[in-house]
Amino acid sequence: MGVIRGFFRWLSTTLKLMTYNKAGFIGFLATCSILIVCLIGPFFIPLDTTTKIDQIYQPPSAEHWFGTDHQGRDIFSQIVHGGKDVIYVAVVAAFLSTAIAVTFGTMSAFAGGKIDGAIMGFTDIFLTIPQFPLLAVLAAFITLDNLTYLGIFLGLLGWAALLRAVRAQALSLKERDFVEAARALDLGTLHIVFRELVPNMMTYIVISFTLALTAAVYTQVGLVLLGLVPVSSSNWGVMISMAWTQGAIFFRDAMWRIMMPILAIALFQLSVITMTRSLELAFNPRLRTMV
Amino acid sequence: MAPIIELRNLTKRFGKGKETVTAVDAVSFAIEPGETVCLVGESGCGKSTTGRMVAGLLDPTAGEVLFEGKSISKLDSTAFRRYRQSVQIIHQDPYSSLNPTQTIREIITAPLLRHNKVKKRGDAEGRALALLEVVDLTPARDIIDKYPHQLSGGQRQRVAVARALTVDPKFIVADEAVSMVDVSIRVSILTMLARLKQEFDVTFLFITHDLALAKYFAWEGRITVMYLGRVVEDGPTQRLITDARHPYTQALLSAVPEADPELAHHKRQIELRGAEIPSLLALPPGCTFHPRCPYFVPGQCDVAAPPLEPVAEGGRVACPVRKLEHISLLV
Repeated sequence: MGVIRGFFRWLSTTLKLMTYNKAGFIGFLATCSILIVCLIGPFFIPLDTTTKIDQIYQPPSAEHWFGTDHQGRDIFSQIVHGGKDVIYVAVVAAFLSTAIAVTFGTMSAFAGGKIDGAIMGFTDIFLTIPQFPLLAVLAAFITLDNLTYLGIFLGLLGWAALLRAVRAQALSLKERDFVEAARALDLGTLHIVFRELVPNMMTYIVISFTLALTAAVYTQVGLVLLGLVPVSSSNWGVMISMAWTQGAIFFRDAMWRIMMPILAIALFQLSVITMTRSLELAFNPRLRTMV
Repeated sequence: MAPIIELRNLTKRFGKGKETVTAVDAVSFAIEPGETVCLVGESGCGKSTTGRMVAGLLDPTAGEVLFEGKSISKLDSTAFRRYRQSVQIIHQDPYSSLNPTQTIREIITAPLLRHNKVKKRGDAEGRALALLEVVDLTPARDIIDKYPHQLSGGQRQRVAVARALTVDPKFIVADEAVSMVDVSIRVSILTMLARLKQEFDVTFLFITHDLALAKYFAWEGRITVMYLGRVVEDGPTQRLITDARHPYTQALLSAVPEADPELAHHKRQIELRGAEIPSLLALPPGCTFHPRCPYFVPGQCDVAAPPLEPVAEGGRVACPVRKLEHISLLV
């Protein structure tokens, strides 16, 4: 019981702190709304798959909120159904790249010497490889028809810049007296890294996570648009890709078809990035005790 | 019985090539169990570096630290862990020595749980509360769930002391432990530390730049005076205070303000030849104090570094010129 009550107190404090920044809180609410629509929406709004010749390229109306596509299907239902795959892949990728960067970045800073040299050398070489061409080449060899694999794939490619930043932060933190005190108390490297260093970088890590999330969204949409990832389901990236290959940019009437997925992606990215302003507040222990 | 801590020719150099700075230069002294030793000197003289090497947090360039007669660099891992826990350090700045993201409870219970200092997980809280009471943080229940930033500097320093006590240390390096604490509560923290000497059988190496504090804390113990990385004088506190031999010690003593105006008026002031402390990058040859020393003998002091030689009244002094002279600061 105590744990549950503690969790709710933590939650209410966090939410209260997040309201301190208006723009950040709006971003947070928008992110939540998009997540709810994309994750729960498909259970209530059926995906419109029937071709209706008389409804082709309709502008937004009360019946079709976002208009219709080249087969007269409702775009809104496609947007609702097309979000969860994009978000899922992005979350997997962001989790993986952040985890790699935080673990190895702090270890590198803390271990120093040869381990540090090896990790940093590998990171530097990795950073010099142009990411998108590499992705394109790799995609030709690996069939990424599984969403989780796609997420892991993107995550394995996106950690390098964050690792350097985390290492720099950890280097400055490890000289602090409380880390030295933890060494004197023989609390162990794992304790020092995950209980002393990482909590002090939490704000930074959470913000990096959201930025990695947005980067992963763009990368996967880019891959889909280039036709390098054969994702069969209807997602925002596939919608743009389809519209693009069928020449939607040359039809004035087809504007809604290509604009709506682009807007959905842009809105999601904007919400997530704005939300980070509030996350900065939520992870500051100094503010937490003032509520 | 072997000294609990012994320093043998302990040397630390920072940097490479021409930019080398010798922060600590062949420092040797021993501390017996139960003894209180104060390391005194101005900022940059290497006293904190010495303290960190004693606590095993910094590896010496040369020389060695012995814990209970054994060099700490040669201990096997079990013995090293015992040394690691037996020697604790209290840092100068209570604002950076406590992790801002942890509550006092987490700070105190982590070492208790890690080293099985309590039988059950549930006992950790009781032990933590007891330790907070020991360092006069009462009522402990009001303190334990706070974050460091909610406490004052003095309270934080007490938490740092309680944290050091979690692992039952035998030796504590107190590195300027009260320098950043408000003057009005310094004495109460010093009294608390002095009580720990008795109650927990802890030996202290008390590092300070303030000779008055050293005199107060180590009246029954010894004082070691450092200047630019070298020990210039050491000895029992009472001898050193009343009968300082090295001109630098005398200068430090004459710089201590006296509260009594009558006394202050009669106190002899040492006239230094220069107020500038030489840069560690370009140390003067011979005795490093000679450019400032009022008793400078050309051809002797600026040629060879004077060795530390025993004084009949107790201790050692590195000044052949003044070694035998007895001067009193109070005329």
